[in-house]
Amino acid sequence: MYPIVKKEKLADKIFLMDVKAPRVADNCLPGQFIIAKIDEVGERIPLTICDYDREAGTITIVFQTVGASTERMSHLAVGDAFMDFVGPLGQPSELCVEENLEETKKKKIVFIAGGVGTAPIYPQVKWLKEHGVETTVIMGSRTKDLLFYVDEMREVATQLCVTTDDGSYGFHGMGTNQLQALVDEGQEFNWCVAIGPMIMMKFVCKLTKELGIPTIVSMNPIMVDGTGMCGACRLVVGDQVKFACVDGPEFDGHLVDFDQAMSRQQQYKTEEGRAMLALQEGDTHHGGCGHCGGDK
Amino acid sequence: MGDVLVKVPVSEQDPKVRATNFEEVCLGYNKEEAMEEASRCLNCKNAQCIKGCPVSIQIPDFIAAVKDGDIEKAYEVISESSALPAVCGRVCPQESQCEGKCIRGIKGEAVSIGKLERFTADWARENGIKPQGASEKNGHKVAVIGSGPAGLTCAGDLAKLGYDVTIFEALHEAGGVLVYGIPEFRLPKSKVVAAEVENVKSLGVKIETNVIIGRSVTIDELMEKEGFEAVFIGSGAGLPRFMGIPGEQAKGVFSANEFLTRNNLMKAFKEGYDTPIARGKKVVVVGGGNVAMDAARTALRLGAEVHIVYRRSEAELPARVEEVHHAKEEGVIFDLLQNPTEILVDENGCVKGVRVIKMELGEPDESGRRRPVEIPGSEYEIEADTVIMSLGTSPNPLISSTTRGLDVNKRGCIICEDDGTTSKEAVYAGGDAVTGAATVILAMGAGKAAAKGIHEYFQNK
Repeated sequence: MYPIVKKEKLADKIFLMDVKAPRVADNCLPGQFIIAKIDEVGERIPLTICDYDREAGTITIVFQTVGASTERMSHLAVGDAFMDFVGPLGQPSELCVEENLEETKKKKIVFIAGGVGTAPIYPQVKWLKEHGVETTVIMGSRTKDLLFYVDEMREVATQLCVTTDDGSYGFHGMGTNQLQALVDEGQEFNWCVAIGPMIMMKFVCKLTKELGIPTIVSMNPIMVDGTGMCGACRLVVGDQVKFACVDGPEFDGHLVDFDQAMSRQQQYKTEEGRAMLALQEGDTHHGGCGHCGGDK
Repeated sequence: MGDVLVKVPVSEQDPKVRATNFEEVCLGYNKEEAMEEASRCLNCKNAQCIKGCPVSIQIPDFIAAVKDGDIEKAYEVISESSALPAVCGRVCPQESQCEGKCIRGIKGEAVSIGKLERFTADWARENGIKPQGASEKNGHKVAVIGSGPAGLTCAGDLAKLGYDVTIFEALHEAGGVLVYGIPEFRLPKSKVVAAEVENVKSLGVKIETNVIIGRSVTIDELMEKEGFEAVFIGSGAGLPRFMGIPGEQAKGVFSANEFLTRNNLMKAFKEGYDTPIARGKKVVVVGGGNVAMDAARTALRLGAEVHIVYRRSEAELPARVEEVHHAKEEGVIFDLLQNPTEILVDENGCVKGVRVIKMELGEPDESGRRRPVEIPGSEYEIEADTVIMSLGTSPNPLISSTTRGLDVNKRGCIICEDDGTTSKEAVYAGGDAVTGAATVILAMGAGKAAAKGIHEYFQNK
């Protein structure tokens, strides 16, 4: 069992947990992910590592409740435990590998985080600060109440820009608008890392392609085992089929086929929606959701 | 007494009934039936059946014990050679192994060795009989990577020789392909697989789940920091292959690995489990191996009309004869000598059909099977909402890329000798990680050979 040693609600529907998993904490690096399973009947849920403490043997995860399983996860408390917690999975971020440090130091890096994507950006920016690399971070959300980690990020980023779509905090607009504004001001970037919803990453890539800034994205497709066995997480990257769990999760954003990835992400939407409704409404759910025909 | 030339029939669930449930298809022999079948064995002096068995079970000896009604002794004989008899009795391709060599089979039907093995193992489990472990530990620590058939066999054999063995499993449950790949109706998970895993544990083997070697810890770290003196890699096959035809990324196209893992490991078919699975209405399974049969019969049980599309003819189907027979009985439709050329996709990105081309058999290819050749102009469309690709796998690069000095071949499979020796000292390998996707019993044979190799390594050290 993997006990939860800390839990925080960061924003509406966004939760943080520290989970004790010494083998994962020993070897993980920014950019990698874990798979958690609540109990016998739970799904295997892939989540990007947001922070780690090698001495305490803990991993920090941040998640948003989007389906039945993350909803159920949000009800776990300190003292509860995950039945299964495996990792680190996937390749570490290229930027956060000691061997690449000299190359990385030459880069003018901008991070763009959308929504819950702030969480996986944080350890990368933190690692880079610890290794003397300057960074610009643009973190955006729909509205002020959904922002989290602003102070933490300010600690580690050289330049921090916060945006909200509705203008309730910081720059009024989206991350792409903010990036364009910085470039218009004369700031130069030659490397971009964008993590957030697929639609946001797609638009960041569209802009950075125009601006000629190489861009890395972190993909979060559907996965089952996450160890290189089931093939559910396959993506088309530059005409090649890649598996996010072993080849990724980070890829060259200018080569990813986002439209196909977004379509594939909807694969189980009907089933998930049904499970979510059944969970929220319990016995009171008697159809009307448009999907289940009343069969729960 | 029945006809001595014919096998004692084994009872099975009625096809119509079983096509709607996940209960085991074959019900196995009872003691009387087993004893009667055992009496058909000629007890050959120069037993050919043993030569056909990858783990060399002393088949005539165990069958003689069954004939005498001494099932405990029969189990003892099998346990000397096999760690997983209840599994093998169910999933081995006996017709091409032990039973294929049976002298009784020259005139008439071979002795039903698989069903007798299954009966013996089931009887032992039901009567609480466990395999015998080592009386003394020798103090040497060995790590086994993967808890599938190769790993369990290697671990069991080493434990019997007194080694201190720990198995590292990447998934949350031990058993490898026995839990994620082979369906419940062919191999019951809690009754059979979990019980055989427990038997291996009762020999003193420790199993640590949720450890992915190459990521959570590397082989070099296991040897340098955790005190393991030798390692066996039985990490299994890897990522699924696809055809590379248009439409393969559409919603509704799955690998057999994904479809089966959702159903078997994650128990998506059972009420109350969170993992979703696509319950198609019309499913096309591409491929003709055991995995394809498993996927097809699973889709059928989830309520679909199922077509198997295979590019060669029935004679070349790589699946066990029994699986093909069962699939047909249950209503799976076989579209043979046909090959998909495109997956048809609707405006929402979902599968709406498969375009296939008819094939004919030409000259034999390097596998010795007649090569399928397209018949020009014969293309037509099959309506479908789900396509399951069952075309084999390519090796997972995780271990080979993180272990210093471990050589792999062009295809990415670990290179090793017959006794499991790899290019790295004290590291052995076997099973699908070496051969590419094969069978449970071949993986067990490799695990067994490697256990012997590891034992010799320690003796010569």
